[in-house]
Amino acid sequence: MTSRMNIHEYQAKALFEKFGVPVPQGASAKSAAEFDAALASLPEGPTMVKSQIHAGGRGKGTFTDGFKGGVKFCKTKADAKEIAGKMINNTLVTVQTGPAGRKVQTIYFTVASDIKKEYYLAILLDRASSKPVIVGSTEGGVEIEKVAHDTPEKLFKILVDPAYGLADFQVRELIFKLGFTGAEAKNAAKLIRNLYNAYWATDAAMIEVNPLITTPTGDVLALDAKVSFDDNALFRHPEIVALRDLNEEDPKEIEASKFSLSYIALDGNIACLVNGAGLAMSTMDIIQHFGGTPANFLDVGGGASKDQVVAAFKIILGDPNVKGILVNIFGGIMDCNVIATGIVEAVKEVGLKLPLVVRLEGNNVAAGKATLAASGLKLVSGDTMADAAQKIVKLVAA
Amino acid sequence: MSILVTPETKILIQGITGDFGGRHAKLSLDYGTKVVAGVTPGKGGQFFEHGTHKVPIFNSVAEAAAATGATVSAIFVPPPFAGDAILECVDAGLDLAVAITEGIPVKDMVRVKRAMQGKKTRLLGPNCPGVVTPGTGKDSFGGCRIGIAPGYIHKKGHVGVVSRSGTLTYEAVFQLTSKNIGQTTCVGIGGDPVNGTSHLDVIKLFNADPETHGMILIGEIGGNAEVEAARWIKANCKKPVAGFIAGATAPAGRRMGHAGAIVGGAEDTAAAKIAVFKECGIEVASTPSDMADALLRAAKAKGVTLS
Repeated sequence: MTSRMNIHEYQAKALFEKFGVPVPQGASAKSAAEFDAALASLPEGPTMVKSQIHAGGRGKGTFTDGFKGGVKFCKTKADAKEIAGKMINNTLVTVQTGPAGRKVQTIYFTVASDIKKEYYLAILLDRASSKPVIVGSTEGGVEIEKVAHDTPEKLFKILVDPAYGLADFQVRELIFKLGFTGAEAKNAAKLIRNLYNAYWATDAAMIEVNPLITTPTGDVLALDAKVSFDDNALFRHPEIVALRDLNEEDPKEIEASKFSLSYIALDGNIACLVNGAGLAMSTMDIIQHFGGTPANFLDVGGGASKDQVVAAFKIILGDPNVKGILVNIFGGIMDCNVIATGIVEAVKEVGLKLPLVVRLEGNNVAAGKATLAASGLKLVSGDTMADAAQKIVKLVAA
Repeated sequence: MSILVTPETKILIQGITGDFGGRHAKLSLDYGTKVVAGVTPGKGGQFFEHGTHKVPIFNSVAEAAAATGATVSAIFVPPPFAGDAILECVDAGLDLAVAITEGIPVKDMVRVKRAMQGKKTRLLGPNCPGVVTPGTGKDSFGGCRIGIAPGYIHKKGHVGVVSRSGTLTYEAVFQLTSKNIGQTTCVGIGGDPVNGTSHLDVIKLFNADPETHGMILIGEIGGNAEVEAARWIKANCKKPVAGFIAGATAPAGRRMGHAGAIVGGAEDTAAAKIAVFKECGIEVASTPSDMADALLRAAKAKGVTLS
């Protein structure tokens, strides 16, 4: 699984401004005490109040105390301050956050723009051609999946040749298809070019502007901004790493990354610990196939040292939903006995009480199984993935 | 025959003096693979020694290829420099570059892939386990092992395996060998969004190889490479094919925007790919434990002998 680092809208817009992509004037505040200073930097008049969380669907979201809408229009700055007070430190639930929601720890105030028309614009990788693709649509401010499904003719795509970069004629092609003319066309062309520069220069994984708007005075602005970056390229962008907000990440996933473990929490009750991403994904699948529900994705990578296994068990057991554990290791190069020893030490160190099924296969597997059997631990051995999955599903159901 | 590499293929290893590259160079030498050169800039003139083997190290791929006749490179270079290492193979005119390195920036691979257009060098990976053509010795030794796969689980025979994932490939190979079914060549194409050789490229090679009687095609969620391969199989391939797609339970969300969904297309979920496999006559393994059995079912239905 490839992963990406997300940033907040207010951070994305600061990045846009750096690359010459126009955005509505705005200011952020990390506490109620900062509201006055942030609002003082904006002109008096209609103001937007925007909750900053790493999830979409904020406008239609609901806070856990019943307050509706994570993005609100206010007629005055005074109203904006009052509304912001209801959002800050409150928990917002949207279609993308899951039922637990996300705590809002930053508010972004912006000047409410006068909108003439809304568009959609995104830049990301087109896997089929291995080239960056710019996607534009005349249907902005709505669910773009719906546009793609119902009216695909309103979605325009431009593939950028990485050897030459974005060509002027391509920008013109998109401008004409989106129906821009006059001053708008000139401004939109400049925005698209600068947005592409931002995408390429920062190793972005995806930039999405929904909506992109035109104003009655001919301006073209990015009204919203979602930006994520390729994790593999962060080593050359310390300025982007500095934007990481650990409040938006699962603490268990942060802990896992310290031990080079790839962990993603899920909703089920059978935890799994596997080597290799493909095997880890299919271990989750096979648990479900036999009627169980996986509690996580956990790839210990090619190594799986004792320290990693101990850390992995601790992270797994930090999830109160977990009722059983399935370890599935294919020790290709690694000595299975080394892994077995690591499992035994880890189980003893964390004092495991839950059912544990271990499926071990590969290099020196007989010695590994002997080590597990001699440990005196109450673990169950599985011969194949199917056998092991069926055993843990049965134990957890019991 | 086999595809991509034979036991006679001469290989060089970029990054042979690193921990990772060195460890796997030794395992390949033990397997009987003709590792004829190493490349580490600045260490030219030194030797990589293992048992009775004394492998010369060169400063560049071009030098190593010219001096030893190596036609294939295994790349174990760290991510920031791996894209450059691939381009060096292209410049030296090698037949095949196998990039094992995990974590290469996507932008680097976008540029490398564009630079490789029209060039003779084929790329496997990156982020892949490599390629194995099993030999005739005990535990398949005497074959060509390039990368990080465990050599001993293989057996020389007539099944081709292609997969994005390393451990899932080993799982499939192990099942086959346990059932006494050998392999022509096992190919890991890598799990990254931008890679060199695709599922379809490998399937075409297996289809054209008279020694390969059947294939296992292992895929994952995301992209449309498996679907593309399946559609080609339906139209062009008479050999039995078994398929497996990992990631049916992978969380779909976890992305902020929606652009991925409209560019990725509707056929990038596990359910959609499995449906296309079935429609194309590929025998789908119901679980990863069922991969070898699925191929046996497909072979039986077509009256093909695998062993």
